[in-house]
Amino acid sequence: MSTTSVDPNLNTKAASLEGHGEDHEEDHRLFGFIVFLLSESVIFFSFFTGYIVFKTSAGDWLPAGFEGLEVREPLINTAVLVSSSFVIYFAERFLHKDNLWGFRIFWLLTMAMGSFFLYGQAVEWMGLPFGFTSGVFGGMFYLLTGFHGLHVFTGVLLQGIMLGRSFIPNNYEEGEFGVEATSWFWHFVDVIWILLFILIYVWQ
Amino acid sequence: MSNATLEVKPSEQQTPTPEPGAPDNWRRFFSFSTDHKVIGIQYIVTAFIFFLFGGLLAMLMRGELITPEADLVDRTVYNGLFTMHGTIMLFMWTFPMLNGLANYLVPLMIGARDMAFPRLNAAAFWLVPVFGVILTASFFVPGGPSQSGWWAYPPVSLQNPTGNLINGQALWLLAVALSGVSSIMGAVNIVTTIIRMRAPGMGWFKMPAFCWTVFSAQMIQLIGLPALTAGAVMLLLDLTVGTSFFDPAKGGDPVLYQHFFWFYSHPAVYVIILPIFGVFSEVFPVYSRKPLFGYRVVTISSVLITILSLIVWVHHMFASGTPGWMRMLFMFTTMAISIPTGIKVFAWVATVWGGKLRLTSAMLFALGGLTTFLFAGITGIMLSSAPFDIHVNNTYFVVGHFHYVINGAVVMGFYAAIYHWFPKMTGRMYYEGLGKLHFALTFIGINLIFLPMHPLGLMGMPRRVASYDPEFAFWNVIASLGGFLLGVSTLPFILNMLSSWTQGDKAGDNPWRAIGLEWLVSSPPPHENFEEIPIVVSPPYGYGSDEPLVSNNPGGILEEEPEKTPIANLAGKANS
Repeated sequence: MSTTSVDPNLNTKAASLEGHGEDHEEDHRLFGFIVFLLSESVIFFSFFTGYIVFKTSAGDWLPAGFEGLEVREPLINTAVLVSSSFVIYFAERFLHKDNLWGFRIFWLLTMAMGSFFLYGQAVEWMGLPFGFTSGVFGGMFYLLTGFHGLHVFTGVLLQGIMLGRSFIPNNYEEGEFGVEATSWFWHFVDVIWILLFILIYVWQ
Repeated sequence: MSNATLEVKPSEQQTPTPEPGAPDNWRRFFSFSTDHKVIGIQYIVTAFIFFLFGGLLAMLMRGELITPEADLVDRTVYNGLFTMHGTIMLFMWTFPMLNGLANYLVPLMIGARDMAFPRLNAAAFWLVPVFGVILTASFFVPGGPSQSGWWAYPPVSLQNPTGNLINGQALWLLAVALSGVSSIMGAVNIVTTIIRMRAPGMGWFKMPAFCWTVFSAQMIQLIGLPALTAGAVMLLLDLTVGTSFFDPAKGGDPVLYQHFFWFYSHPAVYVIILPIFGVFSEVFPVYSRKPLFGYRVVTISSVLITILSLIVWVHHMFASGTPGWMRMLFMFTTMAISIPTGIKVFAWVATVWGGKLRLTSAMLFALGGLTTFLFAGITGIMLSSAPFDIHVNNTYFVVGHFHYVINGAVVMGFYAAIYHWFPKMTGRMYYEGLGKLHFALTFIGINLIFLPMHPLGLMGMPRRVASYDPEFAFWNVIASLGGFLLGVSTLPFILNMLSSWTQGDKAGDNPWRAIGLEWLVSSPPPHENFEEIPIVVSPPYGYGSDEPLVSNNPGGILEEEPEKTPIANLAGKANS
């Protein structure tokens, strides 16, 4: 394969012994990470399937005395999270053009939008009249939003690390894997949220 | 064996870091090594220790079942025994063992210096002892280990009679979850390695069949395992914080858990058997001196099995109140999966047919594994039929069927692989006589213990019971004796491996005159495997043809002989 093409005339042993470790992983890391994300998405799809099965088969679906979820606030939250996917894209473009401060500003903006989403999620959770033990609906709602929220939190954390590392001199000499992977992860979290929003809030 | 080179080459003596697998180098196996060959052997040895442990539990069960009364162990202990036996054999033995084989062989076979992510690889391995200890620790918590079977079906798995937060079932779930993390790490690594790191010239249809089967199996891990994780998370929440996903008393749906569980755990049997199919595809051509029959069709049928395996899981649930249309649909898909499987069996038989057979231990085990697999396949087709399946549901017929697959085909396939690649892994030859004794004991033991389970199941003996009606006694006594024989059969193997590794004759680079990239390097292979990355010019299994496999000399082995070109030498050596 062309990806591992090695000039046979080269003294490859000496060259590869030096480059063992870091360089080995460099080429394949993003590929491996995307394979991981595809696999990870199956966990969400399994939860979604569970939600659909419960919703279409359970006798008393919503907890007693609860009418349905409020959509307005979560919709604002959704808009913020979805737009952050575009913001992180611009941040990445700035980095590709070696505009470090442009990258940092847009990157920080993404983090702020992610944090706003988490804050909005927390506020919504506080205001709900049911808990995770209130029947199957309560359990599924907190499981789905909680598991997704955990991913958003992880994403913001990763972004924080990448922001910190951008101040290390010559950080991007060996490629921009960290930033690219974080960006992929963020888009993944975003797409999952859109599906989740349709499933929980739109389809009531 | 006769043409094994006995002298040590000067280059070997001067190697600064000793080669992984060399007997004087055992300390490396206790270190956080990132060499795929060290990790592969770490996986295999760790898994084999758990295989002995799981086998000990099975022998305790057979000891209990040798008489109709429940007299040897308490009934709750018996429940714990079969739960832990199944869990250990699947999560602690087969998966790590196969990951070990894949780890050791795939980079060598595709011409890579290591896996794509060596450190991730080591981390995935070191999770194995961690969750092994967690699982073993569950024997010592109040109430004992999980007793709900390796399926952990709710509501049984939700009972928690002791009321402790740390109970056998919770530890079981934690161990299975960690096993899942380790498997996903391994799968990401192996899939990336196979897609991205094949040597120049090695197109998909020049890749050995073993790599195809490993690739197919690891794809199943990536697609199926997260579904089990999802189900396990929900079960753990039910058990610990009081959600009601699977608790029918609180409006939950226990059958949904069964769907989550089998959506992964049925394909999981293909994760187990596919690499063993790969081993058969590697072993038969070498000892028959013939190319693998229908190589392309065999590789494609691996992929077909992967796809079909994802849509057959409901055949485990024919008796779970499944609607009629679902039974029909899954009966059809289950029968369909026997087609690509049958193609493979046909191809192996055609490979062996008319070949110049050498009945080494590896070949004997492969033939034995093929025979038992064929038998298991026939009972498998019987079970795919919903009316028959409901008739024998939860009887010993099912137990007999899947043990013929897992102990018959998979364990024998594992032994075949170990004997075949032992000279490559250690640089030493094993003792052929002990290997043949091991084969005879294993083959007789397997048939003696598992064949009686079929008449028992047809007579109606339920599985997972510590006592039974005296009418079942005859077959149970035979099965128990077979079980003890199977236990004894591991002794010559262990003796053979330990003594051969330290004192066996030196093996040459290619004692079987096999064709494959792993046989072009020295035994054991050096750190980073290849002197030069090989350039592959031929499809695998070129037995009987004079085409060289590679156009350079990746092992750097015969460079000191000036009179011939290395290529002609290698081709001549492999085909003579």
